[in-house]
Amino acid sequence: MLKNKKLAGAVVSEKTNIPNKKIEENGLPGIRMESRDLTVKYGTVTGVKNISLPICNEKVTALIGPSGCGKTTFLRSLNRMHDITRNATVSGEVLLDGRNIYHPKVNPVDIRRKVGIIFQKPTPFPTMSIFNNVVAGLKLVGIKNKKLLNEVCERALKQAALFDEVKDRLNSPGGSLSGGQQQRLSIARALAIEPEVILMDEPTSSLDPQSSSKIEDLIHELKKNYAIVIVTHNLQQAGRVSDNTGFFYLGELVEFGETEKIYTNPANKRTEEYLTGKFG
Amino acid sequence: MIMKDKQKEGISKKPLGIIYRWLGDRIFFTLAFALGLTIIVLSVSMAWVLSDESSLAFKEFGIGGFLTGTTWNPGVGLKFGALPFILGTMVTSVAALAIAFLPAIAIGIFIAEYAPKWIGSIIDNLIHLIAAIPSVVVGIWGIFAFAPWMRESVYIPVFNWTANNWPSLLPVLGNPMGYGIATATIILALMIIPFTTVLTRDAISKVPREQREAAWALGATRWEVIRMAVLPYARGGILAGVMLSFGRAIGETMAVAMLIGNKNTLPFTIIGPAATMPSVIINEFREAVGSLHVSSLMGIGLVLFVISLTVNLIAAYITRKLSATGGQLV
Repeated sequence: MLKNKKLAGAVVSEKTNIPNKKIEENGLPGIRMESRDLTVKYGTVTGVKNISLPICNEKVTALIGPSGCGKTTFLRSLNRMHDITRNATVSGEVLLDGRNIYHPKVNPVDIRRKVGIIFQKPTPFPTMSIFNNVVAGLKLVGIKNKKLLNEVCERALKQAALFDEVKDRLNSPGGSLSGGQQQRLSIARALAIEPEVILMDEPTSSLDPQSSSKIEDLIHELKKNYAIVIVTHNLQQAGRVSDNTGFFYLGELVEFGETEKIYTNPANKRTEEYLTGKFG
Repeated sequence: MIMKDKQKEGISKKPLGIIYRWLGDRIFFTLAFALGLTIIVLSVSMAWVLSDESSLAFKEFGIGGFLTGTTWNPGVGLKFGALPFILGTMVTSVAALAIAFLPAIAIGIFIAEYAPKWIGSIIDNLIHLIAAIPSVVVGIWGIFAFAPWMRESVYIPVFNWTANNWPSLLPVLGNPMGYGIATATIILALMIIPFTTVLTRDAISKVPREQREAAWALGATRWEVIRMAVLPYARGGILAGVMLSFGRAIGETMAVAMLIGNKNTLPFTIIGPAATMPSVIINEFREAVGSLHVSSLMGIGLVLFVISLTVNLIAAYITRKLSATGGQLV
């Protein structure tokens, strides 16, 4: 992991010559990623405005809030998924290891390889085999070494807690798995390219309770090595899996802090009302 | 229980309303059923008439003899074999599909994935416009503009070059008269490109956004997204579209009949004249007076019917088969 991070960082600075901005101390240790005054607009409609939020290493950051409050919009801005949305514009900065990922010289393709994303619906490529699904990201950059691909596939599937269930049928199509397995396959595929940060957009909302709890266990395991950001509608889930929580409302970040503090003693009245079910 | 009692009361209170609703239901059902049945009756009777009317020819020459017979002579001898026309149809359709396949899919991908919205919709409308041109109009353009141009600027130079450099190839190349297999094939390809394009575009636009985003998220470039997520997902639809276009090429009549030169005897040559199943039917049905001649034309119609049906069934099978393994994600 560490070796890889350094390598990736070196490549970016070499290619882009962006001055390495130091993140100012703000009380939270191990900041991996940080948004500063981030505003996303769809045409003239504002999705989120002026979001400043840190994302820490080895921590799970949960984004909660009612539907349409901008949590997913914010999440997708963290790996430049808005670049492929028609008429979406992003202003402000997102720093990854101190470098702005929206700097004009940064290639969004590189960013997406460092910041992986898991979507609400499982998205394995249905016609590809399980094996090819997992190593799809590696094959993109031209890695053909069979032995290496096998190793990575096994490691990623093990990390995603799927290996034992599929090890005898790595050649069957990705579409043949159950919903929960497909979601773990999507996670394995994201892990295979060794990202630094993992974004999860309601990763369990299309799954049954059993599969959901498997994914939650997985998040606990993964946070030992990754910075994780999870968007969820499920407040219990956010409480269970996250270390920090950000509450979004009407496109703004109302409150951000340690999950325990937010849940027991929120500073903002809106947060309290949402958490106690008064609206949302 | 209480609910049931209430319902009973409702029924006893409004008997007329209930009868009226029941009657409406029955009438609609009967009507829909009858119309559905008509389609079945129509297709079965069509197949029946074709096989009944052609039975004379099949009896006279035998099924194998009719299908493999190479002589088609309505004048003297009254010998009828369908092979030249089956071959003519197959050669022109397969060649037209081979020419049309890649450009059509490329245009479909361009409209669906690359083109800015306004350019995409202009091309889209133009393609629909081209597809709507009546076949006979394409044919007349072919006769008076395309075929003479091809003769002057392609066939004759090629023929002269071959005659000077490789005379042994001349029997394969054929006469540079302008009307023949090559001209008909190119026109046929032009006519099926719009269909394949539209069907390709439809199949591509049905690929869920999530599939594309999954590929983007792995750091794929635009072409890699198409190769990795879009085309595999859409392959069933694209292949079915190709098969349907093939079916159209097989059945295409007017333009081909006008441009293929209408020569009923083998062997065919590359640029020389030939005939197809639809072209021989359209050219001879007026003059077919002998019952064996009529019956033989009907036999060709039956063969055409069966081939078209088979191609369409294969298209349906491909769609089902590929979308089943290509799993529709819930």
